[in-house]
Amino acid sequence: MDLWNIFDTEWVPVGVWVETALQWVVANFRFVFQAIKVPFDLVLTALEDGLTEAPDLLVLALIVLIAWQAGGRRLGIIAAACMTAIGLMGAWEESMTTLSIVLTCVVFCSLIGIPLGVLAAKRDRFWMVLQPVLDLMQTIPSFVYLVPIVMLFSIGNVSGVIVTFIYALPPVVRLTNLGIRQVRPDMVEAARAFGASNRQTLYKVELPLALPTIMAGVNQTIMMALSMVVVSSMISVTGLGQMVLRGIGRLDMGLATVGGLGIVFLAIVIDRVSQSFGQSARARNHQKWYETGPVGAVRALVRK
Amino acid sequence: MSDAQIECRDLWKIYGKRSDEAMKAVLAEGLSKEEVRDRFDCVLGVRNASFSVRKGEIFCIMGLSGSGKSTLVRHVNRLIEPTSGEIHVAGKRVDTMIESDLRQLRAETIGMVFQHMALWPHRTLGENVGFGLEVRGVPLADRRKAAETALEAMELRGWIDHYPDQLSGGMQQRVGLARALAADPEILLMDEPFSALDPLIRRQLQDQFLSLSEHMHKTTLFITHDLDEAIRMGDHIAIMNDGEIVQIGTPEEIVTNPVDDYVADFVKGISRVGLVRAETIMEPLDGRAPTPKQVRTDVELGEIIDAFMEDQSPVTVTNTEDVPVGLITITAALKALRG
Repeated sequence: MDLWNIFDTEWVPVGVWVETALQWVVANFRFVFQAIKVPFDLVLTALEDGLTEAPDLLVLALIVLIAWQAGGRRLGIIAAACMTAIGLMGAWEESMTTLSIVLTCVVFCSLIGIPLGVLAAKRDRFWMVLQPVLDLMQTIPSFVYLVPIVMLFSIGNVSGVIVTFIYALPPVVRLTNLGIRQVRPDMVEAARAFGASNRQTLYKVELPLALPTIMAGVNQTIMMALSMVVVSSMISVTGLGQMVLRGIGRLDMGLATVGGLGIVFLAIVIDRVSQSFGQSARARNHQKWYETGPVGAVRALVRK
Repeated sequence: MSDAQIECRDLWKIYGKRSDEAMKAVLAEGLSKEEVRDRFDCVLGVRNASFSVRKGEIFCIMGLSGSGKSTLVRHVNRLIEPTSGEIHVAGKRVDTMIESDLRQLRAETIGMVFQHMALWPHRTLGENVGFGLEVRGVPLADRRKAAETALEAMELRGWIDHYPDQLSGGMQQRVGLARALAADPEILLMDEPFSALDPLIRRQLQDQFLSLSEHMHKTTLFITHDLDEAIRMGDHIAIMNDGEIVQIGTPEEIVTNPVDDYVADFVKGISRVGLVRAETIMEPLDGRAPTPKQVRTDVELGEIIDAFMEDQSPVTVTNTEDVPVGLITITAALKALRG
């Protein structure tokens, strides 16, 4: 034994263990992971089919209307400009694929992240356990889990959603936890004093008051999902990321730039729209959402 | 006492992980607040409080911040669990009540008003006021009608679809009151409801509440740190210090007969003109002849002083049958005024 260079020997073969464990899981439990894929697959396929097969101009109009409703006329114009630019660059099909992956990811991050965040806000011990897990999910380089994910879930867009899901989940959990904890204690106490149960207090008081913070978390989740687009294209996820990756691989700067610009434009639209969703009614002069934007305009017309 | 709407007996609240242990030790050894803190790392919130509030009266709990008055009042609807002791509200025992009964009690029997209003900013005034009914599953139309009535009683007609942040502080607290009254509860808990308001508005709201209270006859537990307010509002006052009730009595009893230096210190600055009655300061006749100036036993000090304006001869006090029962000299009147 050479004491001088003692650490030249691999004393604890972590790599081998992980390898063996993974092999064992793949051999015995692959069906579990294939089952996990099913709901992701369903939502993703529905969204992707809808967005890519519908007439391009209809989808464009729909996106602009949603942006207008969420953030007013200004945002409608920004969305129209960005999406038209993507279309004119010829990256429409790819951007719709990327959009559907990001949306699928947001759906599942919200469905799982918000309840986790609420639970974390209510139970300190659970939050203490959850925190390091979230830290791990955010800090571990995504390349590290790309391979196991491929082995367990195989390649393709659904695996891409799952990779993105792991990376993008933490912010919505963190900010939901924060939002619920920040609700003024006397607001909660008042609800209890008037006979509300825990569930009623949560749905009628805590969640609505925490909503702006929760939506900030959803917004962060979306942004992180977008930032995974290029990385996930390494496991043959299609879309804008693949354009960039292929461009780099072939040293085709044109293709890479189109893909990159597409991601930027898409990010601007999604970011602004999701931020506007988080705005409380108070910030909008107490108008209900259906009193403004295109819906408001239509309602006003119908009333006349 | 059959007419007691709220009754607390030997109520203790000790905060901390080892509260049960601390409770036993306190009962066995009579530890002080500091000893409980040092030995068990627990905070003594309420110490052996007993009081009862008669139906329809306004019962004030007065104390400085940290004296445990807010903690004490939250035991009545069990927003805070007592460590030991009994709580009876409207003939029901609250401290052993099951969760669903407790929620019903809170929604139907007890209305609460908070120091910082605690109106929900995302709900309209109507939705705020109707909340207690909403959680009981009352249909929307009935809720709205009840909210309208309650808001009207607080002179807020027409504001039902507005939001709390569109109102001034005084109006917000009137909404707080309307919310407490919406379900027509028998009991009102008011936790320093007017403390956060400026003096003029506070005075207005006090008057408005007093006149409202006169025809509604709600049993009211009113928390305040202001003895003037306690005297204005209360039929009875309990004074708290360091988690303990040090004295319970009518405003006059508290002012004329403070039980210790702590209470005496509070009472020092209070005007006695409208509080002390002839009965309290008169001397026995002891065979002296009644004087022509006469007042009834329940006349207040202010009026007695008026009687000395013209000449300084003693005033005779008569009972309800006009029989002279005592005399008040100008010295006695001035002494009473000085306290």
